[in-house]
Amino acid sequence: MTNRQAKLMQGNEACLEGAIAAGMRFFAGYPITPSTEIAEGASERLPLVGGKFIQMEDEIGSMAAVIGASLAGLKAMTATSGPGMSLKLENLGYASLTEIPCVIVNVQRGGPSTGLPTSPAQADIMQARWGAHGDHPAIALYPNSVSEAYSVTVTAFNLAEKYRMPVILLMDEVIGHMRERVVLPDENELQIIDRTKASVPPEEYLPYKADPDGGVPEMPAFGEGYRYHVTGLIHSENGFPTTDAEKTAILLNRLMKKIDNNLDDIIKYQEDSLDDAEIVLIAYGSTARSAKSAMDMAREQGIAVGLFRPITIWPFAEDKVKEIAGKAKKIIVPEMNLGQYRYEIERAAAGKCEVIGINRADGEIITPEDIFEKIKGVL
Amino acid sequence: MTSNLVKSYFRMDKLPHIWCPGCGHGIVTRAVIKAIDELELDKDKVCIVSGIGCSSRAPGYLDFNTLHTTHGRALAFATGIKHANPDLEVIVITGDGDCSAIGGNHLIHAARRNIGITAVAFNNNIYGMTGGQYSPTTPTGDKGTTAPYGNIDKGFDICKLAQAAGASYTARGTVYHAQLLTRLIKNGILNKGFSIIDAVSVCPTYYGRKNKKGDAVKMMEWLKDHAVNVAAAAKLPEEKLAGKFLIGELYHNPQPEYTEEYKKITESLRRG
Ligand SMILES: Cc1ncc(C[n+]2csc(CCOP(=O)(O)OP(=O)(O)O)c2C)c(N)n1
Ligand code: SF4
Repeated sequence: MTNRQAKLMQGNEACLEGAIAAGMRFFAGYPITPSTEIAEGASERLPLVGGKFIQMEDEIGSMAAVIGASLAGLKAMTATSGPGMSLKLENLGYASLTEIPCVIVNVQRGGPSTGLPTSPAQADIMQARWGAHGDHPAIALYPNSVSEAYSVTVTAFNLAEKYRMPVILLMDEVIGHMRERVVLPDENELQIIDRTKASVPPEEYLPYKADPDGGVPEMPAFGEGYRYHVTGLIHSENGFPTTDAEKTAILLNRLMKKIDNNLDDIIKYQEDSLDDAEIVLIAYGSTARSAKSAMDMAREQGIAVGLFRPITIWPFAEDKVKEIAGKAKKIIVPEMNLGQYRYEIERAAAGKCEVIGINRADGEIITPEDIFEKIKGVL
Repeated sequence: MTSNLVKSYFRMDKLPHIWCPGCGHGIVTRAVIKAIDELELDKDKVCIVSGIGCSSRAPGYLDFNTLHTTHGRALAFATGIKHANPDLEVIVITGDGDCSAIGGNHLIHAARRNIGITAVAFNNNIYGMTGGQYSPTTPTGDKGTTAPYGNIDKGFDICKLAQAAGASYTARGTVYHAQLLTRLIKNGILNKGFSIIDAVSVCPTYYGRKNKKGDAVKMMEWLKDHAVNVAAAAKLPEEKLAGKFLIGELYHNPQPEYTEEYKKITESLRRG
């Protein structure tokens, strides 16, 4: 499919198209607003491209089916929102430990609990990092437009396959339901990464053999003759359970180093007018759109405001934020939650500059005017 | 002395297993591999998926594609595997707690879809791995570490549950009737849709001890004395069946299988 024409698309739709372009051929889900269009779209599109869709009995089962399908060799995804995301966490942890590539889309809505089903929120930021129990690596990405919903979904699959881990794609109700004119890239121009298959014959294959310094093990599919074991228990490189302290430490360190050694590859962000900025806005997702408008309003009045927009939410762009904190006078963090990312930014800023939040968790978006007022207030 | 069957299908270097002396789970595991052997299935195409529990440890010892998942979720993982690649022979090993308590929802929905998976429930009427708490198949009145005064819950009949939900094959065997159990598993695998075999096992360590059922041998004798084959039961008067339970093929009614139905949609779209 070459697709150069401009199209009017919804964020959720662009996410699905990005997933299919990235090679997604399996989707398991359970309906929940505001993510449902992704499942509906997948049920229609996947059989047309030789893929598989299934509506499972709940989100626990959806996440399980996604992992099973990935082990059987298909690129797999699920999509949900708050209450469903909470249910995904059990098997998200399983995918982290067993290193099964997959993508989990969380189109955030107001919480906690059933919360505000049709209103936007950005309140699952910390859940995306620490939701599953136990120490585990995390990658979470967050687009801010319909066209990015497409491209960042492709990136999510690439990172999942490259580092053999679940990748969370965060969106919010605004991005998921917004319609924009987009020009999708030519599929031939996309860089698509696939997991590394086994390079050795079955008798030499060890499913979790990799450089202890952040290496990623090779992954043949079930049915390809390798007959290996996968368990959610701590395991040694042969895949079988162990309680040995040293082997446990080696495994957990390797999982964390997959991220820590590759920050430059994983962390993506957008910088806007940071060079002379005295006030820096740090914002992500739909709130970054308001922040951009507020920045333009301030610049028109001669106020030196810049914008730093993380696209990779986790791992955290620590070095970059430290650098900003060393130069700017103030950092303002608008987010549709009660200050989740701000904690992380404050930690990195370590007192070098003041970090101020603009926070709403009432189902209303943060407007450019809200941010502009705050900018004027802190001058 | 190790049998050829064990040598051919066990990962010998992973033995000894974790099971207690007298545990019935080894007998059920043997019945599973015997069924696979008799059907001459290609090892590379067999996936054994389990949840969490003593029973669910079995796949680790078996030389197939093996997946030890989370508690109760084996059937949902297995659904993903089977749907993604219907050429794989997917067998689920689960416990009574694993499949009928925490995994009860996945059980009824796998049955409802009639997806081509064969589930073998190692049913020892107790939560073995966590030390003997009552499960959804602990008989009313029996004891567990969380039912010190006797269990007031009513038990599930796993086969009836699965049949009502849409399974196309249900059967019950026991660890005393090992050859029958093998045959039932074999027929379950041959059935195209969702099959469940309720494999009545024994846990002398917890269920046996808590309920003064004697050692493993006594518990096996109890199975022998209380199991009645469905064929024989049909000819017996009601009163002779009191306190007994049925074994054998309980239900077999071939129905369209999920992944084949999905394939039909894909093919019609391709033609269309
Ligand atoms: C989510 C979750 N809850 C609880 C447990 C603890 N747990 C481990 S095994 C088990 C019960 C297993 O019983 P059953 O399925 O009957 O298998 P058995 O050990 O008797 O073979 C429980 C409750 C767990 N591992 N995960
Ligand atoms: S606790 Fe019971 S079920 Fe578990 S291994 Fe021992 S005898 Fe078997």
